[in-house]
Amino acid sequence: MSLAIRVIPCLDVTEGRVVKGVNFENLRDMGDPVDLARTYYEQGADEITFLDVTATVDARATMYATVTATAEQVFIPLTVGGGVRSPEDVARLLASGADKVGVNSAAIARPELVGEIADRFGAQVLVLSLDVKRSPRTPSGFVVTTHGGRTETDIDALAWAREVIERGAGELLVNSIDADGTKQGFDLELVGLVRELSSVPVIASGGAGAVGDFAPAVAAGADAVLAASVFHSGELTVGDVKDALRAEGIVVR
Amino acid sequence: MARRKSVVVLDYGSGNVHSAAKAIEAAGAEVDLTADRQRVMDADGLVVPGVGAFAAVMAALNEVRGGELIERRLAGGRPVLGICVGMQVLFERGVERGVDTEGLGEWPGIVDELQAPVLPHMGWNTVDAPVDSVLFDGIRDERFYFVHSYAARDWTLEPYGAFAQPRVTWADHGGRFVAAAENGPLSATQFHPEKSGEPGIRLLANWIGSL
Repeated sequence: MSLAIRVIPCLDVTEGRVVKGVNFENLRDMGDPVDLARTYYEQGADEITFLDVTATVDARATMYATVTATAEQVFIPLTVGGGVRSPEDVARLLASGADKVGVNSAAIARPELVGEIADRFGAQVLVLSLDVKRSPRTPSGFVVTTHGGRTETDIDALAWAREVIERGAGELLVNSIDADGTKQGFDLELVGLVRELSSVPVIASGGAGAVGDFAPAVAAGADAVLAASVFHSGELTVGDVKDALRAEGIVVR
Repeated sequence: MARRKSVVVLDYGSGNVHSAAKAIEAAGAEVDLTADRQRVMDADGLVVPGVGAFAAVMAALNEVRGGELIERRLAGGRPVLGICVGMQVLFERGVERGVDTEGLGEWPGIVDELQAPVLPHMGWNTVDAPVDSVLFDGIRDERFYFVHSYAARDWTLEPYGAFAQPRVTWADHGGRFVAAAENGPLSATQFHPEKSGEPGIRLLANWIGSL
């Protein structure tokens, strides 16, 4: 009897479509977000994450409608991230049908936002996303980045992880910018280091390319594993990933 | 075909009530999202959702005189189902981050922090349901979606005279806690049936079937 390791498909959404590109360039249309979310639900996904990669106000309204339409037919938790800047943004997403929100850049710009969201809605709604890159410039060797990894901050990634937990983050989404898009597997060292310091659940993200990549991330300490393109391209189903985890003796639903 | 059962989801400004309403519809009931006293009283079943902090949920419930609505229904033997913090507030007290808040006191006991290395308890866990559970009929071996850091870690309501025996379901995260309770017309789940996929819908259908 124990908590199952979660498998979470992530959908990058803009203007009501799922897209995939490298560093937000050359976006390719991967389908309708509601249809894809439903497919993953039927495959046994434990949660669904939408990442809103749009900037315009009109597209934002489309995103709320997408979340609502999904929540009406997909009865598992939905996380929505991207462009969340205030408690009001969180309130609107929750009212649209989201269960959790992902916060990234806005917390770096103004760390107090983490506490404001946790105080008003509870820590459990707040997934703090960290886009992390290896760098000799910080004590831990890992730095926080913004803009999909293109801009490095001066913030040590592990110190930042500690700080956001202290401020009220309910979960950490650890995305390796180095591993992202390589399909060479998760950054296991990074996952392990965050697991060691974290009292909240840790989601490993970035680098999944093959069915065998997921179990090592769990062994390194991930409570959940997240992937995008391997699912959208049809290379793997959620069921394939769970079978592979189960074969390694890992508890899945 | 029999009339569809009517369920009111108590609308008192507590987060994600929309998906709860959709899941209850999917489970076969007519759903009304309201805090209107007459409609709350007339419904076959009342669902009390709850997301966020115990104190905030109690304050919001008090705004719509939720405690009184629940109490009136129970006094008439009319079913009520609490979900997540909507379950926690049924106990006497909640202690969160040092804040001690009075609950509705339908059940004795305190809701406080789980003693586990990783919190919140977030994800799909197994439950240990009694054999005569109505809620878990046919889904005793399924997993359900939990997201919480606080729970009732003790069940102290004693069986009393000719009263129906309370049926208590347990789960474990750094120690056991009450995952669900069925006590006459009052039922509750600490997990989110509306977010627990098909088994969650089945649990809601089991409850609706008992109305």
